[in-house]
Amino acid sequence: MTQPLPMAGAPANTNLAGLAKNDYRGSPSTLCQGCGHNSIANQIVSAMYELNVVPENVIKFSGIGCSSKSPTYFLNRSFGFNGLHGRMPSLATGALFGDHTLKGIGVSGDGDSASIGMGQFKHVIRRNVNMVYIVENNGVYGLTKGQFSATAEKGLSLKKQGANQYMPVDICMEALASNATFVARSFAGNPRQVKELIKAAMAHNGIAVLDIISPCVTFNNQDNAYHSYAWGKDHEEPLHDITYIAPRNEIILEEEMKEGEIREVDMHDGSVIILKNLEKHYNPTDRFEAMRVLAEGQQNNWLATGLIYIETDKPSLIDMHNLVDTPLNRLQQADLRPAPEMIDRVNALMF
Amino acid sequence: MDKVVNDFSITVGTKNGSGSSTANNTILRAIFKMGIPVSGKNLFPSNIQGLPTWYTIRANRDGFIARSDVQEIVIAMNPDSFARDLASVAAGGAFYYADDIKQPVTRTDIAVYPMPVKQLVRSDPGIPSDFRDLVGNMVYVGVLAEMIGLDLETIHAALSFHFKGKQKPIDMNFNTVKAAAEWAKSNLTKKDPFQLEPLNKTDGLIMADGNTSAALGSIFGGVQFAAWYPITPASSLAEALNDYLPSLRKREDGKHTYAVVQAEDELAAIGMAIGAGWSGLRSMTSTSGPGLSLMTEFAGLAYYAEVPVVIWDVQRVGPSTGLPTRTAQGDLAFTNNIGHGDSNSIILLPGGMDECFEFGWRAFDIAEQLQTPVFVLSDLDMGMNQWMSKPFQYPDTPMQRGKVLWDKDIEELKGNWGRYLDNDGDGIPYRTVPGNRHPMSAYFTRGTGHDEHARYSEDASVWLKNMDRLKKKHETARKYVPVPVIHTTPDAAVGIVGFGSTEAAILEAVHQLGTEHGIPADFLRVRALPFTQEVTDFIDKYDQIFVVEQNRDGQMHQILTVDYPQKAASFKSVAFGDGLPASAKWVREGILAKYTPGTRSNGKHAAKSRSKAGKSAAVEAEQK
Repeated sequence: MTQPLPMAGAPANTNLAGLAKNDYRGSPSTLCQGCGHNSIANQIVSAMYELNVVPENVIKFSGIGCSSKSPTYFLNRSFGFNGLHGRMPSLATGALFGDHTLKGIGVSGDGDSASIGMGQFKHVIRRNVNMVYIVENNGVYGLTKGQFSATAEKGLSLKKQGANQYMPVDICMEALASNATFVARSFAGNPRQVKELIKAAMAHNGIAVLDIISPCVTFNNQDNAYHSYAWGKDHEEPLHDITYIAPRNEIILEEEMKEGEIREVDMHDGSVIILKNLEKHYNPTDRFEAMRVLAEGQQNNWLATGLIYIETDKPSLIDMHNLVDTPLNRLQQADLRPAPEMIDRVNALMF
Repeated sequence: MDKVVNDFSITVGTKNGSGSSTANNTILRAIFKMGIPVSGKNLFPSNIQGLPTWYTIRANRDGFIARSDVQEIVIAMNPDSFARDLASVAAGGAFYYADDIKQPVTRTDIAVYPMPVKQLVRSDPGIPSDFRDLVGNMVYVGVLAEMIGLDLETIHAALSFHFKGKQKPIDMNFNTVKAAAEWAKSNLTKKDPFQLEPLNKTDGLIMADGNTSAALGSIFGGVQFAAWYPITPASSLAEALNDYLPSLRKREDGKHTYAVVQAEDELAAIGMAIGAGWSGLRSMTSTSGPGLSLMTEFAGLAYYAEVPVVIWDVQRVGPSTGLPTRTAQGDLAFTNNIGHGDSNSIILLPGGMDECFEFGWRAFDIAEQLQTPVFVLSDLDMGMNQWMSKPFQYPDTPMQRGKVLWDKDIEELKGNWGRYLDNDGDGIPYRTVPGNRHPMSAYFTRGTGHDEHARYSEDASVWLKNMDRLKKKHETARKYVPVPVIHTTPDAAVGIVGFGSTEAAILEAVHQLGTEHGIPADFLRVRALPFTQEVTDFIDKYDQIFVVEQNRDGQMHQILTVDYPQKAASFKSVAFGDGLPASAKWVREGILAKYTPGTRSNGKHAAKSRSKAGKSAAVEAEQK
C-alpha cells in the first residue's frame, strides 16, 4: 500500500490534519521501563498521527490501575476522564452522548475489566458504545504490587502469591459472548499489528475490543508466563497480516501482499481492512469461527492474534437513540425547555 | 344522629394485585373533584399478588389531610385481613364487607354493611368472566356513592381519566358503580353519620404523584440524559421521563434532544449520568436508598472532580432491603456526607408535588452553577401516592448553565485558563466540555489529586488549597439553594423544624398544639442543605426547637446540632420511623413528650393558651 503523501506546501513532518507527531503525545510515562503499556501508548500516538485524527475529536477514558494511568501518556489535546476502578464503561457511555461526533478511546486493564469491572465491560459491549476499548492485559495487579488478576493462567506462580488455582478469564471470549462487533487480540511485542488494529478499531462504528497482551516487567515476566515477552514471542500465532487503509486512499497492494489469499473488510467510513491470510484461512466475519479459533488457542497453548471478529453493519448506541444533528451539549434553552404554553397542557394532563 | 360532614377517613383492605387501585384512585379523585380536600395513601406490601394491602383516604374540610390514625370507614374485601380490618374501625364507624367472606362480625358499636360483590358482578352480562374480580372492586365505589354521597358524575370523570377516555372499560366499570349504588339504595339503611358534601376547596388544584411531578419538572429543566436502574419506589420517575419526553420534547424532524438509558445497575446508572454531566449535558439518575449506597463511590468522585449531576433518592425504609414499599426519611445523614474522605452534599428537600416539579428543573440549575452533584430527597409517600397540589408553575428563571467556556471563550482568553482556578473568589471554577475544538480547551479529569490546571499532583499544599476551595464553594451554595418555608403562629413559644412529606402532619399538629394544648408553635420546613440564613434566624428565636422527622435516630437533628452547636441544648428530636406516612398524632405526641412548659421564645412572653393560635397555621396551610 502507499502512505498518504503530505499536502503540497505543508511541512513534511505534519500529517493531513496539519499536525506533527508531537501534537499526539502526552506527558512522560511514569510506568516501569519496558512496560508493555508504554509500547501501546506509543502505537496509539502513531496510529492517531497516521490516521490524521484531530485530537479534539477524541475523548480518552480509563478506570484504575497501571493501564488506566496511560491515557495521560498520549493525546494531551484530547479531553480525558480517569474514573473509578472498573467503571470506565459507564462513564464513557454517558460522556459520548455529550457530542455524538466524538470517538471514545478507553484504556483498561485485566483487573479493571475482567474482575471489578466485568459487569460494565460486558454491558458496554452489548450496547455497542462507539469507542475503542483497549485491555492492556498482563495477568497481574501492578499498582498494588503483584497479585493475580482474573486473566492469570491456572498454575502461574508469582512471588508472595504462590500458585494461581483458578481458571483464567478470556477477554476476547467474553467480548464475543456479549455480542461485540469488533474483537481483536494482539501482543505488545508486535507493535505493527497493535498499530494497525488500533487504526481499524478507530474506523469501526461501535465497540471495538482490543485485548493486548502487555507484559508486566516487574511482576509477571517469567519466560514461562502466558503474559511475558518471551512466551508471547514464542507462541504468537497471527491469524493474518493486517493492514488498515484509510478512506479516500487508493488501494494499491504491494507486490508481496498479492501473494497469498487476501481478504478485504469494508468499514463504515469507507476505509478498508486488508487481511492477508498466513498459514490458515480465517474469516473474521464468522462468529462461530471466532469462537473456535479462541478455543483452539486455549487448548493448544498458543496466542492467536489479529482481527478475530468484525461486524460492520450494527448500529452503535448513539445510532439507536436517533439524536439531533447538533451535538446535545450545544443545545440551548429553546431546544430543551418546553414552551410556556405547555405548562397548562401538562397541568391539564394531571387530574 | 348528627351528621359528620367531610371529616373522616376511609380505609380499604384488599389483596395485593387484585386491581383495587383503580377503585381506590377513583374514590380519591371523585372526592377531590367534589371540592373536598383529600389525600390517599397506598400501604402496600413488597409482593406482586396475594398479600394484604390497604389504601387509606382522608377527606377533611379544613385541609388537614395527613394520614389519620383513626379509621371511621373500613371496607373489607380480603378474607385474610378481615378480622384485623373489622377491629380497626373506630367506635361509631362504618364497616363494609364483601358478603362472600363468611367470617363472624362480632362488633356492635359500629354500623355494618354487607355488600353482594360477586352476585352484582355476575349478574352483569357485560362483564367478561375474567374481568369479574377487577370490576368487583367497583362495587364498593358504588355502595359508597349511595351511602356517603360520593358524587356519581365525579366518579365518572375519575374513571374517564383513569381509562384515558376509552369507552369500553369506562362503561363496564361505571355500570357496576351504578348497579351497586342502586342496590345499596334499595337494600341498606344508613346507620352511621359520615357524609360527603360538595365544597369548593380544591378549585384550581391538581392531583399528581411526586415521581411524575419530578420527571415533568426535569423535562422543563431541559433534561438531556437520564440513566436509571429499577427500584421501588423510584422506578416510576424514570418511567415518567419515558412517558412524557416524546411529546413534550417533540421535534418536527422526529429526532431526539435527550437519551434515557436503563443501566445494568446503579453503579452504571450514576456512572453514565456523571459521564454525561461531565460532557455538558443536563444529566440525572433516580434511585432509592440501596441504589444510592451503590452510587456512593461515584458521588464522591463527582464531588471531587466537580461534575454536575442530579440524583433523585425516593426514600424507603432501610437499612438493607428494609421495608421496601414503606416510606421514610432515613437517607438524610448518609446523603449529607456521601463519599469517603471529606465531602459536603447539596440536598434539596421537596415537600409536595409542586416542589417536586420545581426542584426537578431547579436542581439542574444548581448542579450546573455549582458544578457538583445535587441530591433531591423525596420519599415513597410523595413519590408514589397521589397528592393534591397547586398547579405546576413554569420556571421563573432562564436555564442557568453555569461557568462553561466554549471555543470562542478560550480563544479570547488565548488559552490562558485553568480548570480548577478560583477566578471569581466564590470557589466555583470555569469548565470546558468535550466537543470544544479549541486546542487549549481540553483537560484531564481525575479523582486523584490535581492542581488548578487539572494536572496530577500529590503535593500537600496543592491538595489543601483545592479542598479549601471546595469548602468555599459549599459556602457559596447557601446562596443558590431554596430557602425554607415558614409558618408562623402569633405568640409562638416553640419552633418546629421538619422537611419533606411530613408538612401536612406537622401543620395539623401545630393546630392541635395551639388549640388543644396551649402551645403556639412556629414551623419551619427546611428545603435544602446547606442551611440558609433564614434557617439560622429561625433557630435563634426559640429555646425549644422540635425537629420532626421519619427515621429512628433523628438525622436532621444531628445535622442541626453539628451546624448550630450553640443551640444544641434547644434541639429536641422527634423522630419516628415505622414506615407509614406521618400522622398528626405522632407529631403531636412526640412534641408533647419532650415539651418543657414555661420556656419562651427570645424576646417574647411565654405562651398562653390561645384558641386562635393554631387556626392561623391551618389557614396558612390552605393558602399555601
